[in-house]
Amino acid sequence: MTPKRSIFEAPRIGQMSMATKIVLYSLLLIWSAFVLFPIYWLIITSFKDAADVNQGPFFIPFVDYQPTLHAWKELFVNDYEDTLRAYFNSIVISLSATALSVLIGSMAAYALSRVSYAPNLITILYFIALLALTVLAVTIYQVDWRLASAVAIAMFFFLARAVGNLYQFQLHNGDILFWIISQRILAPIVVVVPIYIMFQSVGLLDTHIAIIITYAVVNMPIVVWLMYDFFNSIPRDLEESAQLDGATMIGTFREIVLPLSRTGLAATTLLVMILSWNEYLLALFLSTSKAQTMPILVAAMNAGERGILWWTMSVAIIVMIIPVVVLAIFLQKYISKGLLVGAVKG
Amino acid sequence: MNEWLDRHMGRLFLAPAVTLILIFSIFPLVASLIMAFTRIRFSAGGFKTRFVGWRNFDKQFFGSEQFHLLGTFTHISILGWVVGLSATAALLWWMWRYIRGPFWWFGFLGRLITLGMALALVWMFAATLLSGNQFGTVGTTLFYVVVGCALQFLIGTALAYACSQSIRGKTAFRVIFFVPMMITPIGIGYIFRMMADTTKGPFANVWQWVGLKDFAWATDPWAARIFITIAESWQWIPFVFIMMLAAFENVSRDLIEAAELDGASPWQRFAEITWPSVMPIAATVMLIRAIEAFKIVDLPNIMTSGGPGIATESVSLQAYYAWRSLDLGSASAIAYILLFITVVICVSFFNLVVLARVRKQQ
Repeated sequence: MTPKRSIFEAPRIGQMSMATKIVLYSLLLIWSAFVLFPIYWLIITSFKDAADVNQGPFFIPFVDYQPTLHAWKELFVNDYEDTLRAYFNSIVISLSATALSVLIGSMAAYALSRVSYAPNLITILYFIALLALTVLAVTIYQVDWRLASAVAIAMFFFLARAVGNLYQFQLHNGDILFWIISQRILAPIVVVVPIYIMFQSVGLLDTHIAIIITYAVVNMPIVVWLMYDFFNSIPRDLEESAQLDGATMIGTFREIVLPLSRTGLAATTLLVMILSWNEYLLALFLSTSKAQTMPILVAAMNAGERGILWWTMSVAIIVMIIPVVVLAIFLQKYISKGLLVGAVKG
Repeated sequence: MNEWLDRHMGRLFLAPAVTLILIFSIFPLVASLIMAFTRIRFSAGGFKTRFVGWRNFDKQFFGSEQFHLLGTFTHISILGWVVGLSATAALLWWMWRYIRGPFWWFGFLGRLITLGMALALVWMFAATLLSGNQFGTVGTTLFYVVVGCALQFLIGTALAYACSQSIRGKTAFRVIFFVPMMITPIGIGYIFRMMADTTKGPFANVWQWVGLKDFAWATDPWAARIFITIAESWQWIPFVFIMMLAAFENVSRDLIEAAELDGASPWQRFAEITWPSVMPIAATVMLIRAIEAFKIVDLPNIMTSGGPGIATESVSLQAYYAWRSLDLGSASAIAYILLFITVVICVSFFNLVVLARVRKQQ
């Protein structure tokens, strides 16, 4: 006679009982439905016209209603200029911002994980003061930015040592890392107005470059955080032997470290790309018409006099989603691996 | 030249990131602080600024905008007194315990700030929500953060745990569950407005059957808040899911099977082995989610425009509306209040939850 067992107990080690399986699969299937149904509704709405939407819910194309390409035509034939411009802007901005952010961010992360820094606090303050003066001179007094930065760089190199000797208080890698990562706490609303004024005064408002730089900076903390953990998890032997052979830091970084960290880079790139592709608030401030991105275009569709045109809206949203989804499905296997390192160490 | 480059390569690697962050987030932060203390008037030829001291903050906390930011204060109900006083007692007792223990003035100061913030928030809730008054944008934002994060964390962790078992179709589930995170928040706002439409949406028949045909969720404060929370959760559960899945898959299988051999029940195995080893990651994931949740602005803007009244307006949205009406001083002041609340709450969480575990282990 076998002892009495609960229905959730496994018949054998490492297996699941029938009841557990039923609970698990029903949970997963219910959630899949909850995730997929809104997307299904979005897709079928894009093939409806006004009457199909207004006369009540129709669920199945060809059975409940006759699908039309009406909305797709409206967006891509009648209004194609606006749509394509916003689409093109979005692609350019998110690709460049991601590239810039991942490049600069992973360089910083690599440096923080390999080189030990002990910058003097006073030197840093001197650097910050010079930078602030440069920015002020360029934005408020309209000094040419090349001249201003040349003067600032010269001042820094001539006086850095002298100023640094005034008082010794050293910072360490951990402080710099924490400072960079903590920037993520900043809500964009806190900094966006001064950024707006800054770009306005140098005449870069409503251009690609303004949005690209802003997005790159906003996402840099994520890049540094994820890539720092990733670089730490890579064994250092290869780099050390390369350095013994006389390779420079930039050479080691390009030839050895970057190829080894493909998974981490893929996950980080995807994450940053999604964030900048979907970003709304900063774009709302920094673009008016020429540099308008897709989220702004979609949000502006609400403003029509006839209420929301659900069918064209659906088309616009679908068109926005497709590239990211395709990209993510291709990079799917990297995402969990790449984030795993960051998550486990973080 | 080459030698010089080589010697300073470490600094040159770090310099671009540091410079960019300084220019585009530290200087604006300082400029914003200055703006919070000025009144900016736009005139024909440009704009004039005038230093007004604490007036912008005063207006938000005690003046004409108090109802907007904090809520309406008239009286405190009995329930409000009971909850407020008991929470105050609990907080003071917690502080007292710290003072009795090993004292460190830095830790004491930090706890003092945490205590002040906690007391302020508790009494704000006691005087608004628990006393039948309307609460302001701070309360709404905290509702999104607390309820939203709790919901996302529970569901995301449950799904991740289910997916980490040996099941079929793991990859398919993983891809499906990840999809909402890639959809733009603007899109999600509109999709959920379609879903919630009681006359033309997919659930119209259900609404009709329940007798809610004429009910518009956007006109009821609580329905609107809950709906925004659901939409936000739909978007961010994938994030919790992916992170927690990675954490669960990292737990050693041998340990779990050994426990199973020893006759531990599934619940025991989860509580004794799996949970302790994913707990640090869970705390980090919650922290990241909370930090992002404080910034919520696009969903309320798209789904309800902050309405009905100010019921769904978040602090970010309030600052944005202030900017749109060209009240730059108030916009900066509100943004700074948000920053202060976020930093205090997140640092307290980090210090008291994440770091406390690290200290205990040492």
